[in-house]
Amino acid sequence: MTEPPAPAIRLDHVSRSFGEVTAVDNVSLDILDGEFFTLLGPSGSGKTTCLRIIAGFDQPDAGRVLLHGADVTQLPPYEREVNTVFQDYALFPHMEVGANIAYGLMIRSVAKPERVRRVAEMLDLVRMPGLESRRPSQLSGGQRQRVALARALILHPRVLLLDEPLGALDLKLRQQMQVELKAIQQQVGITFIYVTHDQEEALTMSDRVAVFNVGRVIQIGSPAELYEHPASPFVAGFVGVSNLISGELAQRITGSAETFSVRPEKISLQAVEQPSPDGHVSVKGSVRDVVYLGVHTRYLIELEGGGDLTVVEQNRDTTSMDVMSARGRQVRLVWDPKHNRRVSDGGGAALDPAG
Amino acid sequence: MQATALGARLQRPALHRLGTFIYLRPWLVLALLLGPPLLWMVVIYLGSLASLVVQSFYFLDPFTGQVIRKLTLSTYADLLTPANLEIFQRTALMAAAVSIAAAILAFPWAYYMARYASRRAKAALYLAVLLPLWSSYLVRVYAWRLILAKEGIVTWFLGALHLEGVLDAVLRLPVIGGPSLSVSFLGMFIVFVYVWLPYMILPIQAALERVPKSLLEASGDLGARPGRTFRHVTLPLALPGVLAGSIFTFSLTLGDFVVPYSLGNSSYFIGQAVLSFTGTAFNIPLAAAFTVVPMVIMGFYLIGARELGAFEAL
Repeated sequence: MTEPPAPAIRLDHVSRSFGEVTAVDNVSLDILDGEFFTLLGPSGSGKTTCLRIIAGFDQPDAGRVLLHGADVTQLPPYEREVNTVFQDYALFPHMEVGANIAYGLMIRSVAKPERVRRVAEMLDLVRMPGLESRRPSQLSGGQRQRVALARALILHPRVLLLDEPLGALDLKLRQQMQVELKAIQQQVGITFIYVTHDQEEALTMSDRVAVFNVGRVIQIGSPAELYEHPASPFVAGFVGVSNLISGELAQRITGSAETFSVRPEKISLQAVEQPSPDGHVSVKGSVRDVVYLGVHTRYLIELEGGGDLTVVEQNRDTTSMDVMSARGRQVRLVWDPKHNRRVSDGGGAALDPAG
Repeated sequence: MQATALGARLQRPALHRLGTFIYLRPWLVLALLLGPPLLWMVVIYLGSLASLVVQSFYFLDPFTGQVIRKLTLSTYADLLTPANLEIFQRTALMAAAVSIAAAILAFPWAYYMARYASRRAKAALYLAVLLPLWSSYLVRVYAWRLILAKEGIVTWFLGALHLEGVLDAVLRLPVIGGPSLSVSFLGMFIVFVYVWLPYMILPIQAALERVPKSLLEASGDLGARPGRTFRHVTLPLALPGVLAGSIFTFSLTLGDFVVPYSLGNSSYFIGQAVLSFTGTAFNIPLAAAFTVVPMVIMGFYLIGARELGAFEAL
């Protein structure tokens, strides 16, 4: 019997409080070697504190941090084989790009020719060849981001920590960097731990995501698992848009008053007089608001008998004129009951089609 | 329609219209704001400096005691005598020693203020730095003279610890020693460091305040122990602050005459020389030439600092 390989990072019952505030509350998680792992949560949910504890900038009040099986809880940052890409990039303003990237090598007394060679290699990796002699102040936000990444990767850390690194970039650049980051991660083959509050970013890049709320890990899973089987109303609401249905309406649809969720894109709208397909859930309502988003349109539907649902439809055949005129119209909402997700029991299992 | 709108505009109060007039002309705002300080700087400050430099090229007729308003280098020939060169050297060395000591004392203080102090502690530390400046500099210098005197508290304290021998040994040292601390270069040095220390602490603290914590974390993250982080990140980024502080301490020491007068022996410093040439000897050209010297020294100092890369992080 061989032992299974130790996880790249293990947080073992880690807690950290700042005065009255419990930032991290008894968090345990395993991050596998080579994984792109994201800590996702709203601000103040403890995800950044977790990252800082892994980096060694912050010490937990309780619990242990294991790096490839070795307890590093008491080690300072400069003795841990992890490197960090900071939210504000933290490039040294008094050094050129080349010196910034070579900093870790300089500290380790690597010879100058070797440093020059590896800096050039890193600049190629982040697609900024030949910019060694620029000053950080002469770079754009996206370029600074790449330099910060190169500086952290040049030491070949076993784990790379990224603290909301794309937060300051505009949408287009962010989407481009998301794809590039993922490609670089696959190319260098090291574990990435990524902190973000942006669920779309988390879903785009991650192998697995841990959803944080008020200092706790609420759910860990692949993007698809989180989206399709949210374990709690919080996850259902934070990862994508969710429509929570409870009480009398839930009773009528599923035969149980338990809260369930159905994603907006699973619901289709049709005219009231049109009959619903067999075996589908059918609910009547009126269109209260329409948001035209180009690719698709988001409708806010007020249900007959109370409650709101969001519905998203592609604008394949409809124009903005069509969708805008839908406001106030009576409609029938139709969806396949297999898309109903129970969210209150923490399991996120599909509900049995009932009634 | 347009006529009414225009009419409404014209009916606004005159002050209102003046405000709009100025708002639409940014150069006017700039001129109004910068005019007075520029007038002050250029005409009064630089103007008097220029007049000083010009006067240093006049000379005093030794027979009549009249200032001859003709440009000549003869005053500078008088200036560069061995005795005067000794005064420059003495003053510059004192200024350098004071600046270095002040920087060494100020740095930990400023570092603590910028990095660790709570808001309350920071306010208290600010007060501690600034409080001495509320009282007269002259009074403080004389207070120090009493503290350092033979009958003063320092001698008494060391006596109580049976360490008079140490004080005597220090005072027997050549150059820095003297009959008592209150009449020695060492005592002068102590007082200079004390009176100029706030001017060193504040710029260093301001420079350290601007260094984001993440830079220090990044350095540690990349494997640098605290000592190396200090050498490669903190110190280079604080250097402009140290330099700004040292400009204060250096130039204030170069020009001061109160401290050498109160605590020195018969060896002159630049400030005393200027005082005696304007007052007793009434040799204004020579006094002016003496004043040009610290400016030249400061010029060389700034060039040297630039060569050392002190402005890199600006």
